[in-house]
Amino acid sequence: MSVAATPPKSSTPGGAGGQRSWTIRTREAGVAALPPEKLLPDGQPTYVGSWIYVFGVATLAALMVIVGSGMILSLKGPAWWHYTGVGRFFNSIHLWAVELFFFTTVVHLWGKYWMAAWRGGRARVWITGAVTFLIAIPAALTGYVSQQNFDAQWISTQAKDAMNATGAGAFFNVTNFGQMYSWHILLFPIAVVALVCAHVLLVRRHGVVPPMDLATELAGVVGASPPTHPDGHAIATRPAAPAAEAPLGRPMSQEDEVAS
Amino acid sequence: MLGAVFNLNDPAHVVHWHFFEMSVSNLVVICLMLVVFALAILLPFPGATRRQAARTLHDEGGAMAGGTLKGKPHRGGQAGEGAMQR
Amino acid sequence: MSFSLRSKDRTPEWKGSYAHYDLVKELCIALGAMTLLAVVLTILFSSPDEKPSTIAQWSRSMPADFLTTATSELDGTSGTAEYGPPYNNGTGSVQHAAFLKPQEWLGVSHPIDSAKAYVIEPLDTIPNDPGVQRAIATYNAAPAKQQLAWSEAYSKALEKATFAADGSVKLPAGAYGPVPAMMSSLLALAQSGGLEGTLVSSSQFFQTDYTKPLLFMADGKLLEERAEKLHLLGEQWGMMNETGSYPGQSWLWLYTFWYQVEPFKSSTNADLLVVLAMTVLSLAFVLIPFIPGLRDIPRWIPVQRLIWREHYRAQRT
Repeated sequence: MSVAATPPKSSTPGGAGGQRSWTIRTREAGVAALPPEKLLPDGQPTYVGSWIYVFGVATLAALMVIVGSGMILSLKGPAWWHYTGVGRFFNSIHLWAVELFFFTTVVHLWGKYWMAAWRGGRARVWITGAVTFLIAIPAALTGYVSQQNFDAQWISTQAKDAMNATGAGAFFNVTNFGQMYSWHILLFPIAVVALVCAHVLLVRRHGVVPPMDLATELAGVVGASPPTHPDGHAIATRPAAPAAEAPLGRPMSQEDEVAS
Repeated sequence: MLGAVFNLNDPAHVVHWHFFEMSVSNLVVICLMLVVFALAILLPFPGATRRQAARTLHDEGGAMAGGTLKGKPHRGGQAGEGAMQR
Repeated sequence: MSFSLRSKDRTPEWKGSYAHYDLVKELCIALGAMTLLAVVLTILFSSPDEKPSTIAQWSRSMPADFLTTATSELDGTSGTAEYGPPYNNGTGSVQHAAFLKPQEWLGVSHPIDSAKAYVIEPLDTIPNDPGVQRAIATYNAAPAKQQLAWSEAYSKALEKATFAADGSVKLPAGAYGPVPAMMSSLLALAQSGGLEGTLVSSSQFFQTDYTKPLLFMADGKLLEERAEKLHLLGEQWGMMNETGSYPGQSWLWLYTFWYQVEPFKSSTNADLLVVLAMTVLSLAFVLIPFIPGLRDIPRWIPVQRLIWREHYRAQRT
């Protein structure tokens, strides 16, 4: 592909029609929201200096191990792990990865709660994370009832009462192995992975939440005036970043803060 | 059949306290979460020297010091145009 | 101004210093660490696999309980027969909360006629047994009151029944009608392993829906007795537990907690009430950024000062 100094918006002739191109608009919106250096930055703010920060990526890694071991389990079908040592091995990895996933998720969410990580327009980051956790629970449940052993028999015959009481049992039958297995290996993983992607992309877009400003915190004022210096340091201010590099493609204004 | 080093198939030990009843293994997991959380926020994170150097450089007005989110310019100069070149 | 989801705060965009941070390397290290941890835990502890209970086992080890359950399916007094939606129009397990009756609203979506499903139809699959067919015909021809009288008498007699090594049942004398003949044949079918397959494939050859055999076994005592030994019962906080000494679903602690306290504990609508309570709490969890008080706790209890102590120290100097 040729590299032009100022490439045209559209690579096809008839530029005026190209301006209405959904492809171009999608691409430009995506790149505006997440330019490469924001999608995959090689630096982080210097306040990112605590072990609590690794629990997000640890959760992501645990999810990858779950999906990977799950894929191997599904290669030979749901009964495989009952009668081979290799199958049992991967079933065990799958189970322990699930325990690790929930472990790291909980530590991660505790950390994010105490950091009030929803600040600065990051409510959607919190919401997508919380919903992921909530969706992961029935995802795990469908796995438990798909085991085809006594545990599955017991859990399904018990869980059916809660499902039926809420009316969910009319279309989500925990005693139907075929249905539960399908939800477990396809529908719930898609939902969890999609939510995790949204969560991570939102973090990349908004950046890691800055520390709370101690001056206003000590004064006990919620929503007080911003610190004297935009970067919160009690030293000379850096020039404000160019408008094109601010989150959401425009700089935050006082009106935005007040209106929220 | 691959065996485990420790056999956890024996009936669970259970902790009773008033109406509270939990298996020892679940209790261990929950306590471990609390311990790990405490350690995570208390233990020092590597790279403090690097971060301090970055702060110092920034305070002295070094715009590109230590790698920044906005530091590296696109080859094309603009975000949208950079995408076109791939 | 366009609508956007923002919690009320004035956190400015960070304009301060950045340090090198290799995210891709961090992800690779995390992946390696998590994989290693999972493998180590696997080697140390493996995973549980309690063999499933079968109807054949149930009928052999607990024949009285099997027959009592089968009789209750026949006369419509079993848990499944009286359950209600989504299996039938019974009222035995129908829950509601005030005006909310979702179980009734969603109706019968998985119909099960317990007498037909668990007794009549399986018996119909037994070939070359005119005795059973006569017994079924006699039972079906009798009025409902008579059918109930026979099955109640039979259930009561089972408490004093003895079981021979060949599987035959010796009952005290009584008026049981054709019920003993039907139940003996059903017991033999179950003990031979034929009932499982009949219940699963009753509607089509290929099946993955185990609802019928599972509900049948759950109506008896086999699963419950086994669960009790493994600390899986509701009153044992069993929802969180795994078989053996393995860690279970510890994240369900709050869900199972409600079942242990009033008013949920003794309520016949416990399941629905607990789900509603947890729905409210889950919504609150998701919407923390917008809930005054809840979103301010991190400011009142400054754990964040420990997390960002390096940053605050640098600010002061």
